[in-house]
Amino acid sequence: MIELNNVSKTFTLHNQGAAVIEVLNDVSFSVAPGECVALTGASGAGKSTLMRMIYGNYLARSGEIRIGDVDIVQAEPRTVIALRREVLGYVSQFLRVVPRVPTVDVVAEPLRAVGVSAADAKARAEEVLQQLNIPEHLWTLSPTTFSGGEQQRVNIARGFAHSYPAMLLDEPTASLDAANREVVLQLIEEAKARGTAIIGIFHDEAARARVCDREIDARQFSPEVAA
Amino acid sequence: MTPLLSVRGITKRYGAHIGCADVSFDLYPGEVMGIVGESGSGKSTLLNCMVGHLTPDAGEVVFDTRANGPQDTVTMSEPERRMLSRTDWAFVHQHARDGLRMGVSAGGNVGERLMAVGERHYGDIRDKASDWLQRVEIDAARVDDRPTTFSGGMQQRLQIARNLVTGPRLVFMDEPTGGLDVSVQARLLDLLRGLVRDMGLSAIIVTHDLAVVRLLADRLMVMKLGRVVEAGLTDQVLDDPQHAYSQLLVSSVLQV
Amino acid sequence: MSAYNFAYLDEQTKRMIRRAILKGLAIPGYQVPFASREMPMPYGWGTGGVQVSAAVLTPEDTFKVIDQGSDDTTNAVSIRTFFERTAGVETTTTTSDASVIQTRHRIPEEPLQEGQILVYQVPIPEPLRFLEPRESETRKMHSLEEYGLMHVKLYEDISCHGHIATAYAYPVKVEGRYVMDPSPIPKFDNPKLGDMAAIQLFGAGREQRIYALPPYTEVVSLDFEDHPFEASKAEHACSLCGAEDSYLDEVIIDDAGGRMFVCSDSDYCESRQAAGHKGKDAA
Repeated sequence: MIELNNVSKTFTLHNQGAAVIEVLNDVSFSVAPGECVALTGASGAGKSTLMRMIYGNYLARSGEIRIGDVDIVQAEPRTVIALRREVLGYVSQFLRVVPRVPTVDVVAEPLRAVGVSAADAKARAEEVLQQLNIPEHLWTLSPTTFSGGEQQRVNIARGFAHSYPAMLLDEPTASLDAANREVVLQLIEEAKARGTAIIGIFHDEAARARVCDREIDARQFSPEVAA
Repeated sequence: MTPLLSVRGITKRYGAHIGCADVSFDLYPGEVMGIVGESGSGKSTLLNCMVGHLTPDAGEVVFDTRANGPQDTVTMSEPERRMLSRTDWAFVHQHARDGLRMGVSAGGNVGERLMAVGERHYGDIRDKASDWLQRVEIDAARVDDRPTTFSGGMQQRLQIARNLVTGPRLVFMDEPTGGLDVSVQARLLDLLRGLVRDMGLSAIIVTHDLAVVRLLADRLMVMKLGRVVEAGLTDQVLDDPQHAYSQLLVSSVLQV
Repeated sequence: MSAYNFAYLDEQTKRMIRRAILKGLAIPGYQVPFASREMPMPYGWGTGGVQVSAAVLTPEDTFKVIDQGSDDTTNAVSIRTFFERTAGVETTTTTSDASVIQTRHRIPEEPLQEGQILVYQVPIPEPLRFLEPRESETRKMHSLEEYGLMHVKLYEDISCHGHIATAYAYPVKVEGRYVMDPSPIPKFDNPKLGDMAAIQLFGAGREQRIYALPPYTEVVSLDFEDHPFEASKAEHACSLCGAEDSYLDEVIIDDAGGRMFVCSDSDYCESRQAAGHKGKDAA
């Protein structure tokens, strides 16, 4: 479902003396439907960069990243957008929303984007918010004023509202209490059971051990090691 | 799939000075594209060439018309182009008072495009105008009030209603949130996002506000000195800019 | 008197105006620009109408001038005198005797005949002016038949007053093409514009425009399906001649609020009285 072949990444900092920073080199691996793969390695190993490249947020210098039959490195913006809408979900560590939009609409939006009716999308959004223990009186408020943990749960609710065939999870259980952590792990397990291919970053080792089928150490892709 | 708008090699010079040079892109149905750049980068010149306010020195602006398929709007006759601009196209000005008739009621402002395409039933026109006022979150009871009695944000929403009432397929926006205070901007952006999604609109948004394009645009084009220096997915261009100027532009902004 | 050319204007100017008139007749409702001359009267006193009259008058013509329907108001008297002195033409107050009638703000009640010419004085020829101040833009709107704006004006009327409150200078569409300002005639007169046997010429001196309706032209007053055009008048009969079908002026007759309604067309009223018709206040 997700396949990377010989992917590399450099950053060129034009405004700082055109410094070239090599970040990742010759990344190749694949993730099958229903499989959950954990990216590991210390901070700075390039885990988040790799996730962002798979999402199309960072541009790979070379190689190919296939999601289904789309190579995201070469794809037109509209193809990537369609892919993100239908196929590829991403739960980042940060919630980024239009201010003043009610939480329930934030969560329903991915469903509205794939053509689900307003009523059905709202019902599904409420269901996920309920699961993640967001108090009902907060649903009509904008999440921008919520606590960090609440924002994180809104973000997860938004990510899991629509059933994507492929998902990227960046620290989904960070800053959650035990009960909510359990809900998130169940959501991941349900997604796997549906056949979703998942790549995740989990610093929570117990969580990683429970939901991930294998681990890939990002340090092996670092140019210094390769060199 | 046929692009809704296909821009090819648009060039406009002001004497020896370049307004914009050799700009090309395709916009597909449902896509929202942002054009960013600092003042003088040529983004407004490009916009004016696309909508026919300026005649480009070279290039084509091909629009997929309902009746006759793709047509070059630069060379089409003026009546045809003006007909497009009040049916399938919409233009949202930065300053609402440039896009509204300030001496005409809100209902009259919204109804004008309907009357322009031949609607002659007062009751129907007024009902549609009231409906559109509500869609842009203006109390329908204000239908007979003049825009001079509206706040800046309401005027801008009224301008949007006036433009969208005939169900256009392509909306051009010139700094749509400029001059509005931040909380009003947010509401307007949310409204625009909803309308774009629900009506399946395509849009081109010219702005210097990177936060606006991040929230509204799928794609981004960065212009400098009349040329496109970088184009791509909005979040990719903002988070991983490749060109020196894009990097400077992004790093110059306070947290977007 | 002999110091002036016939009808005051020199022959070249009259030819220029006649060309504009012919063009106007060829394109009914289209505003033809012309080089309006300084006339020995102020703008707003009928300089456009006077120039058109001067260009169409011949020594054999019989001339009549009305102002708000009346032959004996200042404007009518002075223009009539002007042409008596500069053209030496015969003048009349009888509608049916006149071959050229210059008018301000009315169409005579008595139907006009083939061979007659009705010359209107026009203050602002552009019907779109109050909504679109740019002349360049209104010209484009006429050439491209973009007349939605005209209905915006009527829409505003209904939204403000509950009905189309425009009572004079009510816009019309000519032969399905040009939208035209019929000069500030009451909308009561609008139905007479269409299918008229006489030639109708419109002259705007300050604005330098001439337009025209040839005989038997189709003229339709603009309206909405649910607010159709209505030619309205005061709900009274003439106090002097008893006519119930004529346009009436309201006349205040004392300081106690007393008033009477009389025909605005003085010739129509007088000829009816001469024929024995009497209203409630007739002497």
